[in-house]
Amino acid sequence: MTPFQYERAATAPDAVRMASNSASAKYLGGGTNLVDLMRETIETPERLVDVSGLSRTIETRPDGSLLIGAAATNTALASDLTVRRDFPLLARAILAGASGQIRNMATVGGNILQRTRCAYFYDDAARCNKREPGAGCDALDGFNRIHAILGASPACVATHPSDMCVALVALDAVVHLEGANGTRRIPLADLHRLPEGRPDIETVLQPHELITAVEIPALSFARRSTYRKVRDRASYAFALVSVGAALDLSEDGSVRDIRLALGGVAHKPWRALKAEDALRGQPATEANFRAAAEAELTDAAPLRDNAFKVELARRTITAVLSELKGDAA
Amino acid sequence: MSIIQDAVKTAVRFVPDRWLPGASPDPLREKHGLLGAPISRVDGPLKVAGQARFAAEVPMEGLAYATLVHSTIARGHITSLDTSKAEAAPGVVLVMTHENAPRMNAPAMFMSRPDAVGASDLPVMQNRDIHWNGEPVALVLAETQEQADHAATLVKVEYESATAVTDFQAAKLAAHHPQSILGEPPLFEIGDAEKELNEAHHRVDLVFRTPRHNHNAIELHGATVRWDGDELTVHDATQMLNGTAGTLAEIFGINPDQVHVSSPYVGGGFGGKALWNHQILAAAASRLSGRPVRIVLSRESVFRIVGGRTTTEQRVALGAERNGSLRALIHTGTVAMTEHNNCPEQFTFPARHLYASKSFRLEQSVADMDMMANTFMRAPGESVGTFALECALDELAEQMELDPIELRRRIEPEKDPTSNNPFSSRYLLQCFEQGGERFGWNRRDPKPGARREGEWLVGLGCATGTYPYHRMPGGSARIRIEADGSAVVSTAVHEMGMGTATVQAQAAAARLGLPLEKVRFDYGDTSLPKGVLAGGSTQTASISAAVIAANDELVKELIRLAGNDSPLAGLGADKLEARDEGLASVDEPGRHETYASILARAGRDHLEVEAAAPPPLEMMKYSMHSTAAQFAEVRVNSVTGEVRVCRMLGSFDCGRILNAKTATSQFRGGMIMGIGLALTEETLFDPRSGRIMNPSLAEYHVPVHMDVPEIEVMWTDIPDPHAPLGARGIGEIGITGVAAAIANAVYNATGRRVRDLPITLDKLL
Repeated sequence: MTPFQYERAATAPDAVRMASNSASAKYLGGGTNLVDLMRETIETPERLVDVSGLSRTIETRPDGSLLIGAAATNTALASDLTVRRDFPLLARAILAGASGQIRNMATVGGNILQRTRCAYFYDDAARCNKREPGAGCDALDGFNRIHAILGASPACVATHPSDMCVALVALDAVVHLEGANGTRRIPLADLHRLPEGRPDIETVLQPHELITAVEIPALSFARRSTYRKVRDRASYAFALVSVGAALDLSEDGSVRDIRLALGGVAHKPWRALKAEDALRGQPATEANFRAAAEAELTDAAPLRDNAFKVELARRTITAVLSELKGDAA
Repeated sequence: MSIIQDAVKTAVRFVPDRWLPGASPDPLREKHGLLGAPISRVDGPLKVAGQARFAAEVPMEGLAYATLVHSTIARGHITSLDTSKAEAAPGVVLVMTHENAPRMNAPAMFMSRPDAVGASDLPVMQNRDIHWNGEPVALVLAETQEQADHAATLVKVEYESATAVTDFQAAKLAAHHPQSILGEPPLFEIGDAEKELNEAHHRVDLVFRTPRHNHNAIELHGATVRWDGDELTVHDATQMLNGTAGTLAEIFGINPDQVHVSSPYVGGGFGGKALWNHQILAAAASRLSGRPVRIVLSRESVFRIVGGRTTTEQRVALGAERNGSLRALIHTGTVAMTEHNNCPEQFTFPARHLYASKSFRLEQSVADMDMMANTFMRAPGESVGTFALECALDELAEQMELDPIELRRRIEPEKDPTSNNPFSSRYLLQCFEQGGERFGWNRRDPKPGARREGEWLVGLGCATGTYPYHRMPGGSARIRIEADGSAVVSTAVHEMGMGTATVQAQAAAARLGLPLEKVRFDYGDTSLPKGVLAGGSTQTASISAAVIAANDELVKELIRLAGNDSPLAGLGADKLEARDEGLASVDEPGRHETYASILARAGRDHLEVEAAAPPPLEMMKYSMHSTAAQFAEVRVNSVTGEVRVCRMLGSFDCGRILNAKTATSQFRGGMIMGIGLALTEETLFDPRSGRIMNPSLAEYHVPVHMDVPEIEVMWTDIPDPHAPLGARGIGEIGITGVAAAIANAVYNATGRRVRDLPITLDKLL
């Protein structure tokens, strides 16, 4: 680990001011990913601005929407009664991730900004465009069983590892940002970038822009939502494929509305808009679920080791939607 | 060498039992009471309270802390080393590289001499050559661990790469027979097995693959070392005390008695807590700096410089008659090894002893690779060998429309099928019968895919487990009786969590006729009588043989001291037994005198005897093996291919069980490691670079609690008449057969045979 300065911010503007003094400053939440990366010298910030003392309130607003302080822990969010009742998809996604100890430390803001688990990113003896732009990508012809099948580029095939973000992106979450030039809000779906030629630039955040809160708009049918994570052992493993979904059925059995997102398949939490479009207004049948999954995965470009993810995603989407339909019946 | 061994083996076969030292039945083998009781660990309270001091916790004045820098190429040499930035970093004491490391002899390779335990015979940091990706190229010593870790990132090394063999598929093309497979010939044949196979009524001919594994004991490898002149003290986490001392002595050109190794607590061994580069480099850095040194490997460093289980590719071909008897048993294949070590992963060993067959062909080759020297890992050979053999048997049974247990009944041999020696004690079929009954084997539908619960397909599988009995030669033990009649038994052996300290105290108390509170078992330090290493499930029997020998001496001394005024006067050793804190006449229970009384009358404040165990000739006269029937019930998700083991039962025949509690833990632990072997564990060794790409517990998947179901264990508890205490050792057999039982259960659930481990979900989609 490279020596660094440490400061603790009392307010969001303070935090931004503190960070602005150093080009390589990083915000510190629970540190469950950043500190690991610092130990490996993948991250070498000169300064850490601790934002874990900023807002951690989880507020239910009159319109049914939620406003979650970015410093709320993963455990607090997953155990919040409103979240469990109105957005079960989110609680399940969080509980599917990491371990109890890590979730107790990890913050909502930090979870969103966690970095990929690609082995070649973690090993500085390997080539990685994300660590060193232009160096090349050893994952492309290497161990890429856990890598992306959607939206990847020849520069980078890594995935975003978060479970929570899959649920948030399905729920049209909006992130609140504080920067040197004031505040702004953007949909979470637009926060993470696809790798294209610059996989080192992972989000659209401006330098030192801070996530202060996450807002989840009300969604009446989110009570009928779930999250399913498929992985290599029963716990404490990243998703090979995960599916977050909410389903609203009309009385005639057709899909009135749907939210669908995938994890473990792309450089960002993947909102499955093609599948959603294919299903809206259609009969909620297993065949249609499967056809919608196919539609989403037409562009899938598997690598040496991860072709199974295409079929696994197809099956898991179909199973999750069938389960939600069954719940409705 | 092997000609002499063969001659001795042949001669021993004709020697009557009673002439064999160590082969006359141990009187304790049938004795109940303390032996076999579920006594809690004697070291448990210390460990729970955090008072057991492990190697990396030993305090020392003026300690400096070490961190390693690893090579990033697999083969070639260092062209430039820039240590200036590291040397200038805060707290740095020194940076050691091949340019300034003390001159050291290369380690003597394991088994090249009795006390040689070098994991490989490569010199350690003596020149610019690189032999594997991860080899230490520098050691940074600093005032704190954090300063050392930081400075290590500032060492700049440049290399010139040479062509390296890092792809097993390519290495296989040059595979060759090793000199021997742990003393056995690499090719063993009876009859013409290929011909018999071709003529057999039923045939299976299959290829199995198993991946590399790495050791991941919870305690990281660590050592705290100090020089006092030419005397070296090493507080180590080791399962080979005397071998470490002897090998280190030769490396540094000093006498073995100038090296003191202490290792009272080890947080998991499994074959991995051996002499690797880190102890050698820590001692070298201590000599160079004049400071005591602590080295604790990071988890990544454990992956880079501690060997693991090597990869195997195995062929099993079985030919059977209509009645189920085997005409041909062929088990052949190749493992990856280096030119600098000798650990050929003896996967053909189970097939040498398990089943009767008209013909055999058993052959192992090694493919030399540029990699970290592979090593022993819980049941090396038997763990992966039983996977292939027992899956093949399952496939044969299916083809023959026979229950797999019935097939094993039909091929049960009367004597060892390859050595022709009689079995000392073998109850494999009893394990299957009793285990199968308890597990509910008769509820298995032989038709695959027949049982479904929602999305989940449910299946049952079974397999044979096996592990040899070995007794290590060379161990000694001391017994000291104090004036109050209490006893201390001591020998330089190892407790890595198996229960050795507890079981040996129980055994000593039973042997000396003392209550447990009046016996202490001292171990874990080379200042004690020379002990055996802890490996190959041999410690219990090996220690016991030495204690028996010491006890014989003790009884002789006590008879001499008791003299003519004792109630025991005139009785010879064969007429005496230990009872009620002293000796008593076997025939006249009233004639008894306590140790305290004998010593008091003789005016002695203690009595001390020491003796060495006799050579293990019983292994040459008998085929001595433990066996097990492993059962597994699995659920396979029909949507995702996820496999969950939901129930396991292990039914073991390992001779006498000495402590029901610690034995249960040993068996269960082995079976859990078997779940990892079957379903999750795989070292990702990049064939392009020879680099391990998942050196962490996040990405190297051992089973987590949720992967581990209820596990039941049971045992025959039939003493082996030819093993000390009647016990054959239980450390490794738990993992054997498990991967096959799980794979066979997966087949029963899904109709899919997965022949390459681990059985990950992508192989079942």
